[in-house]
Amino acid sequence: MSDSPLLEVAGLTVRLSVNGAKLAVLRDVSLTVRPGEAVGLVGESGSGKSMTARAIDRLLPDRAEVQGSIRFGGADVSGLAGADLRRYRSQVAMIFQDPRAHVNPVRRVGDFMTEVLRTNFGVPAAQARRRAVDMLAQVGIEDGARRLRQYPHQMSGGMLQRVMIAAALLTGPRLLLADEPTTALDVSTQAEVMAILASLRRGSGLAMLFITHDLELAAATCDRTAVMYAGQIVEIRASALLHGDPLHPYTAALAAARPDIAQTAHRLRAIPGRPLSAFEAPAGECAFAPRCAYVRDICRAAVPGLVQLGGGVSRCARAGELRGHLQAAPGG
Amino acid sequence: MADTSGAPVLEATGLRKEFGGLVAVDDVSFRLRPGRSLAIVGASGSGKTTIARMIVGLERPTSGSIAACGHDRSRPARSARDRRRRGREVQIVFQDPYTSLDPRQDAEAAIDEVLRLHHGWPAGRRRARTAELTGLVGLDARQSRAMPRSLSGGQRQRVAIARALAADPAVLILDESVAALDVSIQAQILNLLADIRDQTHLSYILISHDLAVVRQLTDHTLVLHRGTVVERGPTARVLDHPQHPCTQRLRASVPRPGWKPARRGPPDTGKDAGPR
Repeated sequence: MSDSPLLEVAGLTVRLSVNGAKLAVLRDVSLTVRPGEAVGLVGESGSGKSMTARAIDRLLPDRAEVQGSIRFGGADVSGLAGADLRRYRSQVAMIFQDPRAHVNPVRRVGDFMTEVLRTNFGVPAAQARRRAVDMLAQVGIEDGARRLRQYPHQMSGGMLQRVMIAAALLTGPRLLLADEPTTALDVSTQAEVMAILASLRRGSGLAMLFITHDLELAAATCDRTAVMYAGQIVEIRASALLHGDPLHPYTAALAAARPDIAQTAHRLRAIPGRPLSAFEAPAGECAFAPRCAYVRDICRAAVPGLVQLGGGVSRCARAGELRGHLQAAPGG
Repeated sequence: MADTSGAPVLEATGLRKEFGGLVAVDDVSFRLRPGRSLAIVGASGSGKTTIARMIVGLERPTSGSIAACGHDRSRPARSARDRRRRGREVQIVFQDPYTSLDPRQDAEAAIDEVLRLHHGWPAGRRRARTAELTGLVGLDARQSRAMPRSLSGGQRQRVAIARALAADPAVLILDESVAALDVSIQAQILNLLADIRDQTHLSYILISHDLAVVRQLTDHTLVLHRGTVVERGPTARVLDHPQHPCTQRLRASVPRPGWKPARRGPPDTGKDAGPR
């Protein structure tokens, strides 16, 4: 794993026009992904995790106001257009939560899979189909030639998501943006898709930004995990340390709120209130302050900056003082 | 404490459902006592939602019987009165809080409608009970008068729960009812469901593929595979010491530190099973 980042997002702030008003959806998001690295991006509704992926893949609406920079392989991607943008997107592939919403239901799977190779790379149809069949075998679909002739409705959700992964990898990308790719699948199919992604990544050195609401899934499958709240990153941490040594009260609260498969809690430690979107967050103070069990005056005085701590990053004004105490959450 | 010795509030015997030639549910039997909670778990297509749909009367069993509070409900209701009685026996809360409410009704109107239909109370009594129910599920005055479109997913699910409780059912079926909720909201709703059970002796059937949620809310678990029950027992035992390869596979699919997700293999090899 090289140290120079493959993807470098710095100070990314995005505002969208909604009914004439400019609403912030991302606020000062900074994040790196190194070659071959898997980074989890975790958050609840409205946290901005999907919007971050869309910004990286240049899929934001035309009138979005974007500040900050996104660099891929050292080059700024904000000005890319036409063939350059297509080339960039072949390097940064994306898979989504609901594969059925991203395929044309009346076209055969083979047409969908080979389209980019044929139209953007000029690969002859027969050769494109051979490559598609090979890639399907790599995601565990053995009868690829037959599958290419099928329509999406003839496949289960898990099968179709494997097809989407194979399609995304056909152009030989260096980064996979995976936006909740297993959320709609049952647990055994999720395990299988995660296993396929892990083995493909081992084989090809593919880096991954894995977007999920599931802190446990990110912690179990990614090298590092970034936690988002209200359009900001509040913590970045080696995944192995997330549960035992969290740096932000929100990360600790998120972990504590989940039921434990190994024991029944008398009561779950629910976080009061509901998750806020970036544009709902109170101005000039910590966005998590209204729900935080550790809130003090200092948290309301200003938006906390990012502090380096124990090899990770936290956006908590009390991060240093709270470190090591966040596990003993109130009520526990 | 819940009365565990009483007659079952829900009893399914030899339940079977065929769709065309396909057997979706095959010889499933279980009993649910007052104040108890039963989880039905299994992979997609294992038949768990079909069972829920048969219990509430959205599907008719091919054979076998279902009785709630001693009344058979495996045949279509013969009268409006019969249908209303069934509504007071079993209610259901679906997964998607965005599609299960009438978009033109606020929470108060939705609850009031159920109270009028099932209990025929005068307006004053209905208003009092509506306030009780919205309070029980934690909706404030503004949220109780808001249309579903201006509520969040968690708030809508609270409305759906309050509306189901308005019929004063003996059994509440939770069909993946917390699956779509944010983690912090999911914990609030799970605590709420536990409180309601403690206060009312309501019985739950939880349809879920989230084994941690199953552990939190239920005392017994039934594991389905291709329509048949492959394992059943106290939830703690089923999850801590899964016996059947399908249960072991489900258990091994739960992400955890140091997790090595398993690639496809026949479920009966047992090689994916966690430590026993």
